[in-house]
Amino acid sequence: MNETATGLQSKLEVSDEVIIEINDMHKWYGEFHVLKNINLSVQRGERIVICGPSGSGKSTLIRCINRLEEHQQGKIIVDGTELTSDLKHIEATRREVGMCFQHFNLFPHLSVLENCTLAPIWVRKMSKVEAEEVAMKYLERVKIPEQALKYPGQLSGGQQQRVAIARSLCMSPKVMLFDEPTSALDPEMISEVLDVMVELAEEGMTMICVTHEMGFAKKVANRVIFMDAGEIIEENEPLEFFDNPQNERTKLFLSQIIQH
Amino acid sequence: MTTDTQYAPGSYPDLPPPPSTVGVVGWLRANLFTNTTNTLLTVLALYILYVILPPVFSWVFFNANFIGDTRESCDGGGACWVFINSRLSQFIYGFYPEAERWRVDSTFYLLIALMIPMFMNSFRHKAWLGAFILFIYPVIGFYLLAGGVFGLVEVETTQWGGLSLTLIISIVGIVGSFPIGLLLALGRRSKMPAVSTFCTGFIELWRGVPLITVLFMSSVMFPLFLPEGVNFDKLIRALVGVTLFTSAYMAETVRGGLQAIPKGQYEGAEALGLSYWKSMSFIILPQALKHVIPGIVGNCIGLFKDTTLVLIIGLFDFLGIVQAATTDPKWLGFAVEGYVFCAFVYWVFCFSMSQYSQSIERKLHTGHKR
Repeated sequence: MNETATGLQSKLEVSDEVIIEINDMHKWYGEFHVLKNINLSVQRGERIVICGPSGSGKSTLIRCINRLEEHQQGKIIVDGTELTSDLKHIEATRREVGMCFQHFNLFPHLSVLENCTLAPIWVRKMSKVEAEEVAMKYLERVKIPEQALKYPGQLSGGQQQRVAIARSLCMSPKVMLFDEPTSALDPEMISEVLDVMVELAEEGMTMICVTHEMGFAKKVANRVIFMDAGEIIEENEPLEFFDNPQNERTKLFLSQIIQH
Repeated sequence: MTTDTQYAPGSYPDLPPPPSTVGVVGWLRANLFTNTTNTLLTVLALYILYVILPPVFSWVFFNANFIGDTRESCDGGGACWVFINSRLSQFIYGFYPEAERWRVDSTFYLLIALMIPMFMNSFRHKAWLGAFILFIYPVIGFYLLAGGVFGLVEVETTQWGGLSLTLIISIVGIVGSFPIGLLLALGRRSKMPAVSTFCTGFIELWRGVPLITVLFMSSVMFPLFLPEGVNFDKLIRALVGVTLFTSAYMAETVRGGLQAIPKGQYEGAEALGLSYWKSMSFIILPQALKHVIPGIVGNCIGLFKDTTLVLIIGLFDFLGIVQAATTDPKWLGFAVEGYVFCAFVYWVFCFSMSQYSQSIERKLHTGHKR
């Protein structure tokens, strides 16, 4: 984790190809206007960190990208497919977009290996043998191949989150969404998960992370987005963002998280 | 305190627990003689057992008569099991013609033979065999019992009875109501208003009426609505009634399990691109059903005992046939033996179901209950 920000940043390339396009998107929970006029364009290979105070709509925003939440106005286009209420489009998008949750959401009744092979077998129509090979490859990458036959309940939080990452990777997604992946972890387990995420970034994965890990943002992100009260307030390169925030609310937020 | 200091920090060994907290003595202390109240209760319970058990044992075993053919053999002063012995085949087969009773036997033996591979871990074609048992076996079983084809003598369902009828109604009820209940539970939670309204209405309607009413409706009212000449067998009508009645209860039990699954499981499945039916079959239902095994088995036990109600539409199930036998002039006065035997048989079946459910629970335990 000691690599300098610029060192890692310069190695990572961003292509021109746009993979996620969000235009004038709004979302309401009943009467409550959670997301207001969101415009965001993500290119292949980008590592975007979204931060902001709780309740600012950051989780809701990334959950809209794979339609775990429905938006009411505007457009979301993922890998050329527009998200509408059409179930076929939604399922097609979800196949290409991996997601890691704050509480992992592993399937407790299936072993780690079965967690990883279920979707490849039933959604990608892989054979069982092939799916298990792929799963073991990714479990090795997240450094827990020896836990493959255990059940999620027998693993620590950090191990569970790494399984969750491996499970998403088994679907070979084009984009990975991370919804506060380290917020539910004990402090000593945060770095093992962040290490895996850094490696993933180094391999060129397009990532959108909602996180409060500012060290990770500085090191990996090519863009940091600050949200408050449902709006994107500010976005910038990480160094600029942290050293020279423009908006008052950004300054306030950064001063609050850095004090502790 | 002083003894604790003989170990240097970090070298304190694992010591055994105090002897009075483990083993038989520890168990007795912890469970029976914890304090004065518990000690008094233990002594009282022992006294009650001392008063009750000896007469019960002498009635059931020591003074009872087991061998003989007529009531004259019963002179021991205890229970007269001769009565049960001489009527046993009627208790099992009801009024099924004696010469044809091998058909009842083979129906049940066939089911047992088909079920054995389902419990073997090494058997690979469980899905096919399961489908065979669910869809083909009932047809074979029905024609084997009812006859009228392949040269088998026709036996009307009114002649069926006894324990075999109880088992037929229970098995059909349990096996039929489970999938229907599952679909109803999913339907009631559906986002489609038509589906959820229908399922909710269906469940509430069937749960809102007593089983006796359902059976009366099926045997008395239902034929009135049918066009003349069209008629279904009384037993089949009762079977359908029992199945639909139980499926409403199953649905609510299963729905309870579905409610208990955290939202994250649905989202985890959705985020991987699993369709509704796939996420239900692989993720949600396996967990939900595991939570409600006790409830489902409760429904099965309830149904098993409720089958006795078919007596009121003129079918003689196990209890019905035992009751009928106690009014036989040759054997008057042995009703207690009849009912005790009946209770014992019901208890054996229900207790086995309960034990089986506990063994499934243990088998499915994956260590995530913390």
